Amino acid sequence: MEEVDVEPAVTNIPAASSGTHLGFAWGPGDILVYETLYKCHSFITSRLEFPGTGSGDIHEVRKDEDIYSPILRKLFNESHHIFVGLQTIREDLPSKNKKPQFVSISKNYRSVIRACMEELQQVLQKWQCNMETRYVSILLAIELIWNLCEVLFIDAAPAGSLLLHLLDWVRLHKADVDEKAREVLQSESPAEHRDYWDVVGAAYVLQGRLEEARQMLVKQATLQPAARKMYKQMDTLLSKMPFYNPGGTQTLTEFDVKWRHWHEEVDRCLQDNSFASNKHLELICKILVGDEDTLLEHKDLLSTWYHFLVTRLLFCHPTVKPTELHYYAQSCLTMFLDSRSVPEPLDSILLAAFEFDIHQVIKDCSIALNNWWFVAHLTDLLDHCKLLQSHNLHFGSNLREFLLLEYASGLFTHHSLWQLAVDYFDHCPEFGRVYLELQIERVPLDTERKALKVLRICEQRQMSEQVRSICKIMAMRALRNNRLGSALSWSIRAKDAAFATLISERFLQDYCARGTFSDLDLIDNLGPAMLLSDRLTFLGKYREFHKLYGEKRFREASKLLLSLMTAKIAPRSFWMTLLTDALPLLEQKEVSHHIVRYAVYGLLLSNIKKTSKYSYLRSCNQRIFGFFSGKNNIKDVLII
Amino acid sequence: MFVARSIAADHKDLIHDVSYDFHGRRMATCSSDQSVKVWDKSENGEWHCTASWKTHSGSVWRVTWAHPEFGQVLASCSFDRTAAVWEEIVGESNDKQRGLSHWIKRTTLVDSRTSVTDVKFAPKHMGLMLTTCSADGVVRIYEAPDVMNLSQWSLQHEISCKLSCSCISWNPSSSRAHPAMFAVGSDDSNVTYGGKVQIYEYNENTRKYAKAETLMTVTDAVHDIAFAPNLGRSFHVLAIATKDVRIFKLVPMRKESTSTGPTKFEVQIVAQFDNHNSQVWRVSWNITSTLLASSGDDGCVRLWKANYMDNWKCTGILKGDGSPLTGSSVRTDNLQCLTLTGTAAAH
Repeated sequence: MEEVDVEPAVTNIPAASSGTHLGFAWGPGDILVYETLYKCHSFITSRLEFPGTGSGDIHEVRKDEDIYSPILRKLFNESHHIFVGLQTIREDLPSKNKKPQFVSISKNYRSVIRACMEELQQVLQKWQCNMETRYVSILLAIELIWNLCEVLFIDAAPAGSLLLHLLDWVRLHKADVDEKAREVLQSESPAEHRDYWDVVGAAYVLQGRLEEARQMLVKQATLQPAARKMYKQMDTLLSKMPFYNPGGTQTLTEFDVKWRHWHEEVDRCLQDNSFASNKHLELICKILVGDEDTLLEHKDLLSTWYHFLVTRLLFCHPTVKPTELHYYAQSCLTMFLDSRSVPEPLDSILLAAFEFDIHQVIKDCSIALNNWWFVAHLTDLLDHCKLLQSHNLHFGSNLREFLLLEYASGLFTHHSLWQLAVDYFDHCPEFGRVYLELQIERVPLDTERKALKVLRICEQRQMSEQVRSICKIMAMRALRNNRLGSALSWSIRAKDAAFATLISERFLQDYCARGTFSDLDLIDNLGPAMLLSDRLTFLGKYREFHKLYGEKRFREASKLLLSLMTAKIAPRSFWMTLLTDALPLLEQKEVSHHIVRYAVYGLLLSNIKKTSKYSYLRSCNQRIFGFFSGKNNIKDVLII
Repeated sequence: MFVARSIAADHKDLIHDVSYDFHGRRMATCSSDQSVKVWDKSENGEWHCTASWKTHSGSVWRVTWAHPEFGQVLASCSFDRTAAVWEEIVGESNDKQRGLSHWIKRTTLVDSRTSVTDVKFAPKHMGLMLTTCSADGVVRIYEAPDVMNLSQWSLQHEISCKLSCSCISWNPSSSRAHPAMFAVGSDDSNVTYGGKVQIYEYNENTRKYAKAETLMTVTDAVHDIAFAPNLGRSFHVLAIATKDVRIFKLVPMRKESTSTGPTKFEVQIVAQFDNHNSQVWRVSWNITSTLLASSGDDGCVRLWKANYMDNWKCTGILKGDGSPLTGSSVRTDNLQCLTLTGTAAAH
């Protein structure tokens, strides 16, 4: 299978094209392009040769992405739902049980496409906007292809049923038939309507809807009592055409025999010129016998080569086998197209499907469509049906993953659809995780809420590095904006001890400066997170001390103060503050003075500046001062 | 592809570099007018210039953002032989309302004796490290040990590459499976001086960077290099802008336990494109490393993509249409569209 070289599309940028270069910068979902000049950096480059012109514009260039269309969003959302459901189908069930499930899933996908298409058509009618027209035709094509793939690959109908499914397929995609029929039937005299014979001939007979054709013919018959016999004969022919019943007791061979008899009978009518006097009935007879030239004369009624294919099969070879399809498909395509016409991308894709070349279908669709949605979901479904492997491609599962990764990566640049992408990555066993890690870090953390959403996704998947990084970014942002409480809680979440220490220091500095704490709620409810860093523990405990004191629980307050002084987690800068805090405690009666006294004594013995010690002792009242007099305590204290 | 929007950059001279920040919400531009501008993207997608200031006394060649874990930090390098580090200061509330912000210089790195041609931050897992390369052939790696004090940077490594340097690229991978690594490109045009791309690797024992590989097949001047994001592969991918676009695969060879030298690599060329038919000046990978863009003397930007078989092809071309400075956004649809009718009209 060779790669057909498709010429890359050229996009024009409003910029000078001769003598200048185009610089670029990759962004999420776009690429910025600007006019510049690259030269060896030994020279100064400037636009001295174009004085007064300054710099050009910077252009934001984007792919024609459908993800920005609000109507298609529903398609993405609902198909995501179906996709996730598909991934959870149990692997161990035997395939014959799974086939109906897969067919049902395929139909679900198709109904989502149809719903989207209908909505688009409504919007188009209402607003007359040109933008969305191409989406409608793309969606129509996608549904057509998907439906055919479902018939041929997923449902894999055998001979007999195959034609019936193909007939359904064609009928579904030629909706204008019913419209025309309605128009004719609602007219005053349907049999005299100018489109009457087209409806009977084209619509109904060509599509094998013989019951409806018969009903229409009755109207004509009543107008022409003289030709009643002829109409009766046609009616009989139409009623006797055998249709294969897959659920019935008749074998395919038996059906084939019966059908041939009927076919011979129709042929006899032609040879006998039974309908020669009525050109319309004669035409119908020729169609029934499957006369190629007649069918080709009515291309406008068939409108597509695949309608021609199915009609031809219906009236020439209804027991066609899947393996025989491609002969008929190729010849029908050739016969139908003028010598001037060239097959379009859609034609090649359908042809590849009739040839059961799944790989070619996927490849051609990837090239023709600018969004990976279709090929990604279809390939995933086909992979679940184990159809990709049977084609002996060693990259069967890699192809599925490749397409899913492409699709999901495209979703990631969208401000809300990125969440859908996460599930797709989850179901790509080889590269899904690393792709997710790479891209989820880039989701802009516009609000706390969004950051928490992203975090939750990372935490659920144990992406610890991403969790840490996102928390760190939020902490840094909060710190720069002086929101210490927020910064602290993000640091705790990031388990970033160093940063938590830094922020605790700031809190303590704030306290020293202003005498109060900010963000009390946060500090009061630290819980075990307090243990993240020594400084943070000190902050928490110190605040607790203040609380106890405020609640006049002096005994507990003094015990806590003692532990703070002796635990060595108090920053040096804080020792004088602690000592000052101890003073009023020493005046409380309930406080066990000697405990506090020893603590104060211990601190005073340490490396605090002598001058500070002096001023501290001077600030002690008489009674407290008394603790230090005697026993040479003061001397000890002041010498050091 | 189409031009969704055009932004009037308003620099007074040529723009030399445009750099998106990590989240794609801000960008920085630098110019021969010696200034840097910072732009913010609003919710409706419009870009607003929130800062513009003179940064150097010569053309500013490159501007780059540090990882947001370090705050809002930019680095720039210039023809004036210096590189500088800038930090955004959260300003007064009036400034915020007017949509302005202030950037102050934290340090100037003056060690280079010639034009500083590239400046890049090392991957974040290495801390806050800045790398510069100069026309005098020296690569310098600086570190700010205290992330909260950006005025203190120490020169940790000075590596002489012997050839005039034009570009550096760090391997973004933070995998512990291999040491820190960067590539340097030289725009020295003398082909007899051998390989123009050198790969350096950090050695834990010597605590220094040692040359691990020289790409001898690259003999022409190299203007840009870019390591691709790693995506869990065991090998490294490097794109090079030289007389054509080249993509190399560097496969680390198994190290013997006694070996203390740098890793040996098996170097394979993955793709080579001469579609620009001229010098290629820039190469850069998109975020997922699924697309490579290159810019050449032919005035075009080309986009390259590998299919699932690892075959590389050009998937798009951006080309100046010859209309300088129009300023208005032009939408040109180049969509290949499926039509429904099977009956094809003559093309």
